Amino acid sequence: MKVVLQNLTKIFPSRDKKAGKEVVAVNDFNFEIPDGKLIGLLGPSGCGKSTTLYMISGLQKPTSGKIFFGDDDVTELSTENRGIGLVFQNYALYPHMTVQQNILFPLQNLKGADKLSKEEMQERAYNAAKLVQIEELMDRKPSELSGGQQQRVAIARALVKMPRVLLLDEPLSNLDARLRLQTREEIRRIQKETGITTVFVTHDQEEAMSISDMIVVMKLGVLQQIGKPQDVYDDPANLFVAKFLGTPPINVLEGKIQGGKVYIGQEAVLEVSGAEDQDVVIGIRPEGFELAETGALHCNLVNVEVMGRDVSIVSHHPASQNASIRSIINADHKTSVGGQIVRYDLKPHKVFLFNKETEERIRCEVK
Amino acid sequence: MSDTITMKEKNIQQVSAAQKTMQILVKFFTYAFLILMALIVLFPFYWMIISSLKTLAEYRLNVPTFFPQQIMFSNYAEAFTTASLGQLFYNTMIVGVVSTLLSLVITVLSAFAFARLEFKGRDTMFGLLLATMMIPGELFTITNYATVTQLGWMNTYRVLIIPFLVSVFYIYLLRQNFMQIPNELYLAAKVDGTSDLKYLWKVMVPLSLPTLISITILKMMGSWNSYIWPRLVANDEAHRMITNGLRNAFTETSGDVNYPVQMAAVALVSAPLFLVFVFLRKYIMAGVSRSGIKG
Ligand SMILES: Nc1ncnc2c1ncn2[C@@H]1O[C@H](COP(=O)(O)OP(=O)(O)O)[C@@H](O)[C@H]1O
Ligand SMILES: [Mg+2]
Repeated sequence: MKVVLQNLTKIFPSRDKKAGKEVVAVNDFNFEIPDGKLIGLLGPSGCGKSTTLYMISGLQKPTSGKIFFGDDDVTELSTENRGIGLVFQNYALYPHMTVQQNILFPLQNLKGADKLSKEEMQERAYNAAKLVQIEELMDRKPSELSGGQQQRVAIARALVKMPRVLLLDEPLSNLDARLRLQTREEIRRIQKETGITTVFVTHDQEEAMSISDMIVVMKLGVLQQIGKPQDVYDDPANLFVAKFLGTPPINVLEGKIQGGKVYIGQEAVLEVSGAEDQDVVIGIRPEGFELAETGALHCNLVNVEVMGRDVSIVSHHPASQNASIRSIINADHKTSVGGQIVRYDLKPHKVFLFNKETEERIRCEVK
Repeated sequence: MSDTITMKEKNIQQVSAAQKTMQILVKFFTYAFLILMALIVLFPFYWMIISSLKTLAEYRLNVPTFFPQQIMFSNYAEAFTTASLGQLFYNTMIVGVVSTLLSLVITVLSAFAFARLEFKGRDTMFGLLLATMMIPGELFTITNYATVTQLGWMNTYRVLIIPFLVSVFYIYLLRQNFMQIPNELYLAAKVDGTSDLKYLWKVMVPLSLPTLISITILKMMGSWNSYIWPRLVANDEAHRMITNGLRNAFTETSGDVNYPVQMAAVALVSAPLFLVFVFLRKYIMAGVSRSGIKG
């Protein structure tokens, strides 16, 4: 089931009548989620991810715009008639019910032609539990489960109605690091097995990049970029997206374009064509540096961290917006860093130029 | 080296011995105090029971006996008939059960509305309701009396039940409880296809069961103990409630009052409350400590 959002907007009236103004939580969204894919909805906290999800689920009414499931306009449809499953950040299991009762609950509320017999319900609940591997825990109460197990119950409950669309709101944020890794693989597996179109909300870029077919990056209610995780990483539309993706984060430096050359300070680091002379912000991925005796970029060495496979070099540059510049160099090459100054060549495809005012990407050829 | 260690150990042993005696002493006095208090509290009950089992003659002895010489179970049978306790129990049960059930329905629905639904003027309305809690209950007696006489409700069950169905305090109590239930649960239930009413019934009520039980007990006990209002508006044979019944049965008969029988009647009437207290103590304590907010 493909999901289409058309000019979707949500404006919350200000809570405090005197002070605040209204909040535009989601601002004119347009995008299409292809059938059977897993989409990562990514952005910092408070940027409107949950609101977007709630609108898709029908729990909140859009201020304007439309939502389609396939070719059906579901904008006015109530939540229970949309055929969606939703997993909340805190799981929202019914604490007084056992695992089995929790999973059965959505089925018991089916009405009319969809009504199931007791046996069918039991079977569907069992199958859902089995899919997430909690069939042994059916008689426990949520309070007797670990965070990861509660999470699985929540997923089973969302899946038992065989939804057309599965929505996950920061499903991993309450798990510890190891469990998070394991559970995200699990979610990926379940999604592949069921083939349900899934929207996965997270503020953790690594999480989104690792399991999504496509990621949607948003900021303050505005959609920034959509694409395959690698494409977005390799070709960010603006400085925000470039900064948001990648660990360690991208290095940001002030610079300028002048006479077909990119300058950082007085040093011409790259050649550029198809861009006017202007002040720019330069983003360099950590893996975009190459040690070179004759490198154009001079940095003051601070520290070298050996991390087995890679070597991470921390250095300073007066033009840097970050406190320090971090580069990652493959440890295969014999690297000898000595003295006060470290000199780099830059890999052109790892360097992005942004307009200093708008922070939009300057589309040009960098060599 | 080893010497100092043993010295230290000795010291520690001495200290711990002193501490132990201290602890035992504290325990002893604590328990002694508690037992004394328990005796003070329990004595009237004890006195009630033994008095109810004495003959009238023994009861009137100048030097009271601490255990009946002749155990008179017949006092209880007599009490039951003299005071027509059957009818009194029946009346009280009707009023208690009906008013508790209706009151629960009203409390649950209004608490839900104030906690969960969004409508214009909700908070103002709730504030006004809370403000009525500042008016002492006795003040209502007069206006309520005027109202029910005008309606011609004197000497009916209605007049015992209806004026007290809405308790702002219980609504407040339950609303606070409802508000602690996370919003996501409501949204999850919406996704799972429940109506508001079904959510209330399937999720909120079970989760607030302790509060609801507290309310039930307090309300039942309220009916059982009510005295002034029933005396004012429904003191006829058919509707008289237990407290008034007890009083009437043993004062209206002129001349000798058979005190042991009266004690037996009192014991019978206290028994249900006593049982409720023993078995549902937990909920009463919770209810009372919550109602402590009321001041
Ligand atoms: N019910 C609401 N009323 C008013 N403002 C809200 C409401 N829900 C969310 N917001 C605001 O909308 C913005 C987006 O919120 P949300 O979608 O929860 O962000 P995210 O899930 O990305 O952290 C925030 O600024 C938040 O304060
Ligand atoms: Mg959120």
